[in-house]
Amino acid sequence: MTSLYEEIPTAPAADVPTRRVTITVNGEKRTLDIEPRLLLAHLIRQGLQLTGTHVGCDTTGCGACTVLLNGRPAKSCTVLAVQADGREVTTVEGLASAQQLDPIQEGFKEEHGLQCGFCTPGMMLAAKALLERNPNPTEDDVRWALSGNICRCTGYQNIVKAVLWAAETMREES
Amino acid sequence: MYPSQFAYDAPTSVNEVIAILDRSNGEAKVLAGGQSLIPMLKLRFASPERIVDINNIDGLDYIRQDPDGSLRIGALVRHEDLEYSDLIAETQPTLAAAASLVADPLVRTRGTFVGSVCHADPQGDWAATMIALDGRVVAQGPSGRREIAMKDFVLGPFTNALAYNEVAVEAVIPPAKGTRKGSYLKLERRVGDFATASVAVALDMNGETVQRAGCALAGVGGKTIDANAEISAALVGKTLDAATIEAAADAVAGASDPRTDHRGSAAYKRQIVKTFVTRILTHIAQSEQKAA
Amino acid sequence: MALDELKIGGMGASRRRVEDNRFIRGKGNYVDDIVLPGMLHMEILRSPVAHARIKSIDTTAAWEVPGVRLVMTGETLAARNLAWMPTLSYDTQAVMATDKVRFQGQEVAAVIADDPYIAKDALSRIVVEYEQLPAIVNPEQAASPEAPLVRDDKVNQDSNKIFDWEIGDKESTDRAFAEADVVSTIDLHYPRSHPSPLETCGSIADYDRATGKLTVYMTTQAPHIIRAAVAMVAELPEHMIRIVSPDLGGGFGNKVPVYPGYVIAILASILTEHPVKWVEDRSSNLISTGFGRDVYLQGQLALRKDGKILGMRMHTISDHGAFYADAQPTKFKIGLMHSTFAAYDVPAAHLTSEGWYTNKAPGGVAYRCSFRVTEAMFFQERMMHAAANDLGMDQAEFRRINLVKDDQFPYRTAFGFLTDSGQYGKCLDIALDAIGYANFKEEQEEARKRGKLLGIGISTMTEPLGAGNSREYDIIGIKMFDSAELRVHMTGKAILRTGAKTQGQGHETTWAQIVAHELGIPAEDIVVEEGDTDTAPFGMGTYASRSTPVAGAAVAMVARKIRAKARKIAAHLLEVSEEDIEWELGRFYVRGNQERGVTIQDCALAAYSNVPDGLEPGLENNAYYDPPNLTWPFAAYVCKVEVDPETGVWDVLKFVAVDDCGVRINPMIVEGQIMGGLTEAYAMASMQYITFDEEGNCIGSNFMDYLLPTAWETPGYELHEVVTPCPHHPIGAKGIGECATVGGPAAFVNAVMNAIEHTGVRNVDMPLMPNRVYEAVQTGRDVSGAPPVKGD
Repeated sequence: MTSLYEEIPTAPAADVPTRRVTITVNGEKRTLDIEPRLLLAHLIRQGLQLTGTHVGCDTTGCGACTVLLNGRPAKSCTVLAVQADGREVTTVEGLASAQQLDPIQEGFKEEHGLQCGFCTPGMMLAAKALLERNPNPTEDDVRWALSGNICRCTGYQNIVKAVLWAAETMREES
Repeated sequence: MYPSQFAYDAPTSVNEVIAILDRSNGEAKVLAGGQSLIPMLKLRFASPERIVDINNIDGLDYIRQDPDGSLRIGALVRHEDLEYSDLIAETQPTLAAAASLVADPLVRTRGTFVGSVCHADPQGDWAATMIALDGRVVAQGPSGRREIAMKDFVLGPFTNALAYNEVAVEAVIPPAKGTRKGSYLKLERRVGDFATASVAVALDMNGETVQRAGCALAGVGGKTIDANAEISAALVGKTLDAATIEAAADAVAGASDPRTDHRGSAAYKRQIVKTFVTRILTHIAQSEQKAA
Repeated sequence: MALDELKIGGMGASRRRVEDNRFIRGKGNYVDDIVLPGMLHMEILRSPVAHARIKSIDTTAAWEVPGVRLVMTGETLAARNLAWMPTLSYDTQAVMATDKVRFQGQEVAAVIADDPYIAKDALSRIVVEYEQLPAIVNPEQAASPEAPLVRDDKVNQDSNKIFDWEIGDKESTDRAFAEADVVSTIDLHYPRSHPSPLETCGSIADYDRATGKLTVYMTTQAPHIIRAAVAMVAELPEHMIRIVSPDLGGGFGNKVPVYPGYVIAILASILTEHPVKWVEDRSSNLISTGFGRDVYLQGQLALRKDGKILGMRMHTISDHGAFYADAQPTKFKIGLMHSTFAAYDVPAAHLTSEGWYTNKAPGGVAYRCSFRVTEAMFFQERMMHAAANDLGMDQAEFRRINLVKDDQFPYRTAFGFLTDSGQYGKCLDIALDAIGYANFKEEQEEARKRGKLLGIGISTMTEPLGAGNSREYDIIGIKMFDSAELRVHMTGKAILRTGAKTQGQGHETTWAQIVAHELGIPAEDIVVEEGDTDTAPFGMGTYASRSTPVAGAAVAMVARKIRAKARKIAAHLLEVSEEDIEWELGRFYVRGNQERGVTIQDCALAAYSNVPDGLEPGLENNAYYDPPNLTWPFAAYVCKVEVDPETGVWDVLKFVAVDDCGVRINPMIVEGQIMGGLTEAYAMASMQYITFDEEGNCIGSNFMDYLLPTAWETPGYELHEVVTPCPHHPIGAKGIGECATVGGPAAFVNAVMNAIEHTGVRNVDMPLMPNRVYEAVQTGRDVSGAPPVKGD
C-alpha cells in the first residue's frame, strides 16, 4: 500500500564529503562514514555514545578528552576522527574488563583521587600510559606525566597517591 | 570548537602529497601532529579547503646521526620521541633540554618537530633551537629536494619559505665542531603556557675553548630572534669566564625585541634573557671545570 | 549490641565514595551526556566588542544553511518580552542584546540546528554591524564624569553607580583612630577570577506541547531557585516546570546564576517544538558567566603600640560588570564582606562600600567565596600582615594578641555577627610548629646572605558558613532553609533526598553517613538523590559551603523524626511503654534488659505490617531546617616560599593547613575539600586571573590566557585537624567547602611579601606572577594589578 504522503527531510548540502574509516575502539572494530572535520572526541561521544570521554575546553588546554591512541595518550579534541583510521583507540570504558576494574580505577577510588569526576577518565588514561612505560614512578614522575590534565577539585595530591597505589598494586600482582 | 568543512586526503607517499599540494593551488594544508593546526581549525582561524594528512607515510619517523655527525629528524618524529631518545640525550643537549618543555606531555605524543618548525610560531621552542644550531629544513617538491637554512626558513609570524607545492620532510642539524654543549631555558608560568621568554644556547667546545656558538630567543619579538652573531662575537675563540659570559649575556639581551604585555614589561623580558644566557653558560663552564 | 559506627559507615568513617563507582567507569551522567529524541543543538553568537550600539543584524545567510531550524536575535526575544530578565539582585539583565552590547562576549544571536557543527557554520554567516562606544573597564573610569552610561536602558539611572552601602559604627571607629598610636593602611585589588569548573555550563530545554510541561536538564547548583526563576521569567506555572540537575563537573559558584543561554534554549524549545541542547564552550564560559571578586579593598587599622587593635575601617569598590547579578542574600549589597576581622577582638569597625557598572560580564559573587568572604579574609590577613610590620611585631605574636580567646565565646563582632566556638590559638600553634616557625628568622637571614629569599606567610581566619537564618537571610525573598526527605522501606533500606546539590563534594556518600549515625542503618543501605525538582524537597541548593550546615542538619533532623516514630513501634513490638525504651546504635532495647530488643530493621518492617493503634503506618518523613545561626569554622594556613630575585619566580617549599571545621563526617572527603580549595588559592595567588585591555577586550577568556595550575606547579600540603564542635548544629559540623579558598591566598601572598620585605615593598597585587615580583624587588615599590593592562 502506498503512503498517503512522504516527508522529505531537509537535504544535506550536496556532496558533503564523508570518508569511510575503520577504527578499533576498546578492542572492537567499528566502521563508520564520517565527515573529515569531525573531531575524534565528538565521534567518541556522539557517534559511538561513549560519553566517559569529556570535553572541558576549546584550546587543547585541559586534557579532559584524553584517550589512548595506539597506546599513547592524546587529546581527542585535537585529533580528527579520520586520523584514527586503522588505529586503536582506548577510552575509559575500555579500562575495566567484565570481571574487574583496572588497578588505576581502584586506586582512584581508594585514595579519593576524584571529586566531580569530570577530569577522571582522562587522568586515568594518562596515568595508565605512564605506568606502562614506567612501572615504578616517583611522585615527580607522576606529576610530570599528568601535567597535561587539569583538575579543579582535588588539588592533585590524592591523584598522585592514587597512581602510586595503582603502581604498587600492579608491581605486586606481576 | 567546530572546524568548517574541508576535503581530506591521507596519502601513503611523499610524492602523492606533493601531487595533491600541486593541484590545490595553495588551498591545502599539510597535517602532521595537528597540535597547532587543529586548534586553529577549531577556532576557525584557519579554514583551508583541503587537508593533506601525512601520518600514513612510512619511513618518516627516524632520528638518526649520519657518519659525518649530522642529525636528521624525519617529518613524523613526535616531540616525545626526542624527549625519550638516548641519541638526543647523549649528543644534543640543547634539543634534549627543550624537548620536555614543549607544550605538555599529551601534546608531545602527537605534535612533530618538523611540523612545529613549519608552523613558525614566534613562541616556538624548536625554531629557537634550530636557529641556535644552524639547522636546515629539507623541502621536497615537484622538482625534487632542496635544503633551506633555518634563518631563511621563517619569513614572519606563522609564515615559512615553503612553496605551496612543497612539503617539509626532514630537519637537519649540522655536525658538531667539537663537543656539543648547551641548554634551553624557558620562563613559563605553568606547563603549556606560552613562553614569557626562552633562550636556546648551543656551543661546540674544543676543550675549554668555544669553537662555535649559537643562540636564539623565543617570546621576545615578533619572530624567533637570531642571536647567533651576538653570541659568536662574544665567545668564539674564547673560554667561558665571568667576563665573557657577561658580555655574551648582554649582547644577546640587546638582540631581543620584546613587547610589554600582561606577561611583563619589555625590560623584564630582556632581563630574563640575560639571566638565562648567564645561567646556561655558567652551568656549561662549571661542568667543564668538573670534567677537567 | 550497638553496632560499630565506623563499620557501618557512620560519622567519622572515611567511607569510600559511592559516586566513584560510576565516575571511574566513565558512566557519569553530565548534561552533555544526555540525549533526548529529536534533540537540536544551539550555539550562541557573542559580541566581539565591549561596548557598542547594534546598527544591524543580518541573519539571512544563516537561515540558508541546511540543517538550521531557527535563528534568533534580540528581537525574537523582545517580541515575547524575554529580551530582559530580572536578576537575583533585583536588577535586570539582558538575555540577548537589542539596543546595544554592554560587554565583550554578550549574547547577540543564536542558531538552533541539527548538530553543533552546522549551528557553528550558520553562526559564522550572521553579519552584525556595531558602532563602537568607549569601554569602561574599572570603577574609576565608571565614576568619571565623561564616562558613557552603561545602563542607559534603566529609567532613573543617571550614573554608573549601583549602590552605596555601609555597616558598623562610624563614630566609635573614628574615636578609636583618634586614640591610636599607629595607623596602618593597605590598598589592594583582588582581581577578577573565574570558577572555571572543568565542565562548562549548559542545559537541555524540553517543552512538551502535549502536556504543557517544561523539563530542563541544567548544570545548576540550585535547581529549586531555577524553577522559581524560570516560572517568573518564562511565565510558565511552577508546577509545570521540572529542573533536573544531573551529575555536575564542578560548580564552585559558577553554576548558580540563571544564564541567558538557559532562557534562550527554553524559548527555542517552545518555538521549535523539539528539545534544545545548549552547552557552552570554554571561551563562552570564561568571558560571560559568573565570575568572582574584582574588588578594590582599602583599609586601615587603629593600633595601640602594644599590638592591640582598637578599630578597623574598610572601604570596598566593587566592579559588577554590566548587570548587577550577584547571587547573595538580599540584605547585604556586598555579601558578607562585613565578616572581615571576625576572628579578632576588634571593638570598633566601620565598612563603606560602593558598587559600579562596567563593560564587563556580570557577576562578582561566585568562586568558592561564600558571598564575598574570600575578599573579606584576604583583606583581613593582608591588613594584619602590614600592621604587624608597621608595629615591628612578629606576625604570629600580633595575631595571638588579637585573636578571640577560647573563653570569649559566644563573641559578638563589631559588625554584629555572633561567633560561637573555636580554639584559634591552638590551631595557630600547631601550624607554626609544623612549619618550623621558631627557627625561621635565623634561616631567613642566613639564606639572604647567600642571595636566596625565603619567606613565611600566615593566614588565620574564621568565616561565616551555612547561610542562613530566616531573620536575616533570603535570596529574592526566599528564605535560606534547607530540607531532607527520608523514606525507610520495609526491609530497612532507605532513600534520602535533599534540597542541596552536590558538584563533587560527595553528598551521596556523606549524607548516608549522617543517617547511619542517627539510625544505625548501614550507609550502604541508603541511596541518596539530589537535583530533580519533581522529587527533591525544596531547598536553596549548594554554594557558600551551606550544605553540611543546613541540608546536613536537615538530614540529621529527619533521621531523628524517623527514630522517634520507630521508638513508638519498638515499644509496641516489645510490649512495653515508650518510657522504658532505650536506644543504642541500630536497636531499641528494654531498659534494664539490654538483650531484649528490636533492630531498626525490625521496626521498619513493622511500620508496614504491624503498627500500634493510633499510629500511621509507614516510616517516611521530611524536615526543613532553618539554621539558628551561621557556623564558624577556623583555619590557620602557613606557607613557606623561596623567591628567585633574578626572575621573580617563587616556589612553595612547604604549606601547612590546620582546619577546625567542627565534627568531620568523612575525614577523607574533608581533606579532599581542603586540598582542592588550597589549590584554587594557589592558582589565584600565582597565575590565575581575568583582566582587560583599554578597549575592553577580555584577557583570560580561554585556557591559554586563564591559567589553571597543573599537577606539576601545584604544591603538596600538610594537613592537621582540630575539632571544636558547633554548639548549635545537630551533629556539631561546621562545613568546609570554601575555607581553604577563602583563607589560602593570603598565606601565599604574605609569604612572598615576607621574602621580599627587605626591599620595602608593601603590596603586590595577585596574581604574583614572576614579572610582578621581579618589578617589586627591583624598584621597592608596590605593584598594582588593576585593569586595564597596558601594552605597546
